[in-house]
Order: sequence, then structure tokens, then C-alpha cells
Amino acid sequence: MSNGAESVPIAAIRRVGSVAVFLGQVLAQVPPAFAKPRLIVQQIYNAGARSLVIIMLSGLFVGMVLGLQGFDLLQRFGSEDALGVAAALGLLKELGPVVTALLFAGRAGTSLTSEIGLMKATDQLTAMQMMAVDPVRYVVAPRFIGSFIAMPLLNAIFCGIGLFGAQLIGVSLMGVDAGAFWSQTQNAVELNDVAEGIIKSVAFGTACGLIAVYEGYHAAPTAEGVGLATTRTVVTSSVLVLLVDYMLTAAFLTTH
Amino acid sequence: MLFFAPLNDRVAKDSNGSPAQAGDAVIEVRDVVYRIGGRAIFDGLDITARRGRITAFMGPSGTGKTTLLRLITGQSQAERGTVRVFGEDVPRLKRRDLFALRRRMGMLFQNGALLTDIDVYENVAFPLRAHTELPESLIRQLVLTKLHAVGLRGAARLMPAELSGGMARRVALARAIVMDPEILIYDEPFVGLDPISMGVICRLIKQLNDALGITSIVVSHDVQELSQIADDSYLLSGGKVVASGTPAELHRTESPEVRQFMEGLPDGPVPFHYPAPDYATQLLDEVP
Repeated sequence: MSNGAESVPIAAIRRVGSVAVFLGQVLAQVPPAFAKPRLIVQQIYNAGARSLVIIMLSGLFVGMVLGLQGFDLLQRFGSEDALGVAAALGLLKELGPVVTALLFAGRAGTSLTSEIGLMKATDQLTAMQMMAVDPVRYVVAPRFIGSFIAMPLLNAIFCGIGLFGAQLIGVSLMGVDAGAFWSQTQNAVELNDVAEGIIKSVAFGTACGLIAVYEGYHAAPTAEGVGLATTRTVVTSSVLVLLVDYMLTAAFLTTH
Repeated sequence: MLFFAPLNDRVAKDSNGSPAQAGDAVIEVRDVVYRIGGRAIFDGLDITARRGRITAFMGPSGTGKTTLLRLITGQSQAERGTVRVFGEDVPRLKRRDLFALRRRMGMLFQNGALLTDIDVYENVAFPLRAHTELPESLIRQLVLTKLHAVGLRGAARLMPAELSGGMARRVALARAIVMDPEILIYDEPFVGLDPISMGVICRLIKQLNDALGITSIVVSHDVQELSQIADDSYLLSGGKVVASGTPAELHRTESPEVRQFMEGLPDGPVPFHYPAPDYATQLLDEVP
């Protein structure tokens, strides 16, 4: 635990170490957690299905904005037929995984942190330990796995709806030829592009899930402590998603 | 009428594997020193809880009663001294062995600590699902039996948020006994309850103890209730045991410290006022 006299870098290193140790504990409980698949399905529902509305609405509007901005830019070069390609690659490789992760951190991440934090504050986690039940296995691991699985699924839905939004603006409103829109998209988007988006969303799901459960599990067992932990979840997850996104993008560009 | 159906007919054994006898020391706390932030909570604490008896730990707020439970259950470790449960040195146990030991204990928390995302039935079934591979039909029987024992079979499908404080405490009690523990620990079981609920919990503690032959540890400062059910009592104050014996013996004790607690006197060895500068001087002082 950090104290007031500790310098910021030391405290940061200590925190990173603490998160890494906790990740090890959670990963050790992931295989046993699959013995209770009902808990995992429930958490996929909580983290995934309950985030669907916000993800679909955001995906639609992001796609529509892409349609407008993309058309405005491409028509300057007489390439408006490439709108589908621009929207698809933008969504699949960047906007889809990143925006989904940021929305996930705000919706599902905060929910996970406050739920676990409140369980701690009301002695539910201690009660489990007293029943010789490991809370990391029964509470933390299913939620972590749920985030890990839900994120790529939400990302796929976000990208699909986003592409529909771009098509709605580009084809239906701006008059881009529908055949050109879809055929160019089909020809330009490769499996690697899809894989890049999937890998990113899996990485973001891991990061957001880990931060959310870590903050909840280590929250001070008070109303203020749970509130602070929830805030830290959003801030840390958002920064981490953008940092990991940069690192992964650089890695993909280097390897291509 | 209560119905208690033990999960199995196991015979309690001590650490050497010998069958244990009623009256044997089940919990032994010897010369324990425990500090929080430099302040001694316990300073040479000695306590024994015997098999099949209800042992009460009493004392004013802040004397470390709940801390003592944390030491006994291995949630905290003493700075010095030994804590033995069934002959096992609790602080030295590895996590797996500690969990094995905890499976022989049941604990009722002050607030019930029910899992809020599942209903009453699932709360009571939780330890069974976690530790056994029993078929659903048997789990159902066990859960309904325990809920019936605490009078809440009809509340099986209610969520914890729909329960009153007393009902939540009774559900937690059903959950605590569902694995047929050998020790049942109650942390402030009477706090915040109306007289009827208090009477129900009091009766349940006594009946569970007698019917199941378990060892009960009750931490509380409700002298009246504990006097009715406790076989042995310890009064804690200043980090030590200031009196021990049956509740009747404690009532007869002449020590001012014991009398103040047992009779609920507002002032005495435990002062009414928290240490402060002179009252008049402080009132006349200028505002800093």
C-alpha cells in the first residue's frame, strides 16, 4: 500500500506491480472458473448485452459522421466511390475497437468496479472467504472472462452498425453508387485488417476487464472508496486503451 | 419446531485424529498481542472456548471483539502469541489448510453479508454448490430444511433487498449451518434488531447449539441476551480479559470495571468523556 511520503514514480511502479500480481491471481483462477459456465454467461450478459444500446447508437452516429466527413474529403479528389473503403478500414482498424473500449469502460467497467466494491464494503467477499470460497474464482474471474469475451462481440456489432451508418449517409443521402461502395469495400478490406481489429478489441477487453475488477477488489470499503475506485476505472482504462492502441498500431505497421 | 438434518454423521476429531470429547478446548488463544497503528488492541490475551458450549465475548465498543474473531478465523495475524483452533496453529496454516479449517466453521456476520445478486434459496445453497457435487434434489432438501429451521422456508424466493434486518440475519444463519459446521461464530448477532427478532435469534443460537452439538462463539455487548444463552463468558477491556466465568458469576463480580459494563453505567472506569482539555478553559479559549 502506498503512503503519503512515497514519490509518484515509486507509487506508480508499486501500482503496476500490484496489478500484475492480481492479473496472475485472476489468470490462475480462469480455468477453474469455466467449471461454472453459468456465472460466465451471466457476466457476458451483464457486460455485453446490457451495453448493446449504447454501442449500437454510438456505432450508428460514428458511422454517419464518417460518411459525412469521408464524402466531403473524398469528393475533393473525385474519389467518393472509395467512401466504403475509408469507412470500413477506419472502423475495423481504429474507431471500432477504440470507441467500443472507451464506451465499455464507462458503462460496463464502472458497473463491475462498483459492484465488486460494494460487495467488499458489505462483507460479501469476506463472507465468501469464511465459507472457504475464493472470491477471485467466484466473483472476479467470471467478470474478467465476461469482459474478455464481450468486447470483441461488441466491437463487431459497433463496426457493422457503423458501416451501415456510413452507407446510409454516403449512398442514400449523398448519392454514392451503392455497387461501387460495397464492391470497393469488399476488394480493399483484407483478413489482416479484420484480424487487427479483433486483436485490438481482445487486448482492450483484457485491459478494461482487469482494471475494472482490480479497482473494485481493492477499493476502500466505504462509499467514498467505491466512488473513487469507479472514477479510477474510467480514467485508467481510457488512458490504457489509447496507450495500448498506439503500441499495437505501431506493431502492426512495423510487421506489415 | 426445528428440523436439523446433519449432512453426514462425521465424528469431530482433534488435530491428532482422535475423537474429540465434549468440553475439550476447541479454540485456544494464548498470550496474544495485536496492535493497529501502534495502539495495542490485545496485550497478552488468553481465551479458551470449549466444545459444545456457547462462549460469549463481551466488552465495550472498540475493545477488539470483532478483531478477536478475525484472529480466530485467520483473517488477521497476531504480532505475538498463539491462536489454535482444533489444535491447528491458525497463523501458520497455508491457504489451502486455512480454507479446510474454515469449512468446519460457520460465521454469521453483523449485517448478514448475504450475496445481493441471488435470492435467499441460492444464498443458502451457495456453500453446497461451491464445495459439493450433490444432486439438485438433495441440495433443495438441505436448503429447505435449513430455511425451515430458521422459520423462513416461505421466503426462499425473496431477494436479500426484500428482507428485514432480522430476516436477513436468519437467512445468513441458515447459510452458516448448511454445511454442518463444528463451530458457529456470531458477530454481533443482536445489533439493530427489534425485540421479537432479537428473541428469535437468541432462541435459534441456543437451539442450534444444543441440537447440533456445535461450539458457539458469540461476540456481543448485549448483556441481557447473552446472559440467557451463554455457558461461558469473557469480558474484554483494555486488551485483556478482565473477567470470565458464567454470566451469573460475572453478575456477582464486585470489580468496578465489570459492574459498569454489566449494569450499563454511563461513567466509571470506562469514562463517559473522551480525553479532552479542561471544559471551562476550552470554552473560554479564543477560536483559533
